[in-house]
Amino acid sequence: MSTQEWKFTAKDIAAKPDLFLSGHRACAGCGPATVLRLIMKATRGPTIVTQATGCMEIVGSIYPYTSWALPWLHTAFETAAANASGIEAALKIMRKKGKIKDEHVDVIALAGDGGTYDIGLQALSGAVERGHDFLFVLYDNEGYMNTGIQRSSSTPIGASTTTSPAGSVIPGKLEKKKPITDIMLAHGMEYVATATPYYWKDLLSKVRKGLEVDGPAFLHVFSPCPRGWRSEPAKTMEYSKLAVESCVFPLWEAVNGNRQLSTPSKVIALAPQKKKSLKDYLEGQGRFRHLFTPQNNHIVDEIQQATDERWQKLLRQCQTSQP
Amino acid sequence: MSKEKTWKEVSIAAIASKSSVGFLTGDWKTYMPKHDTEKCTNCLVCAMLCPEGAIHFRPEHNKVEFNDNFCKGCGICANECPVKAIVMKMPEEEK
Repeated sequence: MSTQEWKFTAKDIAAKPDLFLSGHRACAGCGPATVLRLIMKATRGPTIVTQATGCMEIVGSIYPYTSWALPWLHTAFETAAANASGIEAALKIMRKKGKIKDEHVDVIALAGDGGTYDIGLQALSGAVERGHDFLFVLYDNEGYMNTGIQRSSSTPIGASTTTSPAGSVIPGKLEKKKPITDIMLAHGMEYVATATPYYWKDLLSKVRKGLEVDGPAFLHVFSPCPRGWRSEPAKTMEYSKLAVESCVFPLWEAVNGNRQLSTPSKVIALAPQKKKSLKDYLEGQGRFRHLFTPQNNHIVDEIQQATDERWQKLLRQCQTSQP
Repeated sequence: MSKEKTWKEVSIAAIASKSSVGFLTGDWKTYMPKHDTEKCTNCLVCAMLCPEGAIHFRPEHNKVEFNDNFCKGCGICANECPVKAIVMKMPEEEK
């Protein structure tokens, strides 16, 4: 990792041409579309992107159009990481044989929560174990949105989806969200971080840090989906902010396993009165609407308690891992 | 104009031949962002958070420009603008 930190202003970023182009067919107010645009603004040179099947792969590549202004490769649902390792290995050998210019090429693998939490987990684990130099970006919209809002192992407890419908039998999804970043940290990765598009400066600098790492890096980006969350398109970014403020999705980064809170979450850690209640975040999202009925009210309290416990645990982890 | 190739004629790994910049998504919208240049402080939050990349900063005029050809009218810019310089309106309300 280079010691020099990347400095940028909003005007620098706005002046940089988009690499994920306009004219893609994402829904109005799509969170992941913003995430992809911003991530591509943080690239530092020649880059190859490989993407697993998912919402953002579909919307950006409807034949004969493509929204990618850089080499982009679509792959099967489970193989974003396997593909990235192949690309990285091919670049290495071609450089050795003199078939391509001797310069560094960044490899970014993109996948949704389905392609990371569920289907692509073994490929990701394998690629990380082999130590390929790539950045894996997970855009997490908490479900299989493009196939009709099915539950994934990223869907939070209590959320209603078409395969965990809230009704008289169950109050939405019964299982907890899988702690994917803990799983990735346990691989001993050099760089693991969480980000949301609302704090775009934080997101951009984390992408750049992930690219600078000489080895695999993992970035978990929280990306609200107005269609699947049944929320207002205009509030997409507000939810990505509320998720941080209510500590549902705290922002942190771990360099060599040392967890550090990032500024937006550090502010809340230092001034706990700024922490918002979970209700602020859940309200307005149609997928949690059933929780605000008298018979389900206790579930909100239970989720609040679980969220607080997770936050306290994270605070302890960040304290103990201080250098 | 040459005829477009069908899926049977293109190579096995399909190569998308057109940039999506040629596919205008601006007609999806109901509401249009109306931008008040006097209130605007050029903080560029709207340009950063726009999912479409439809908001550009023009350094030569020192102002923000909206591209109606791509704007889908989601309203994120109006919701996030810290000085409320953007409001969403129906196109006929303009006059």
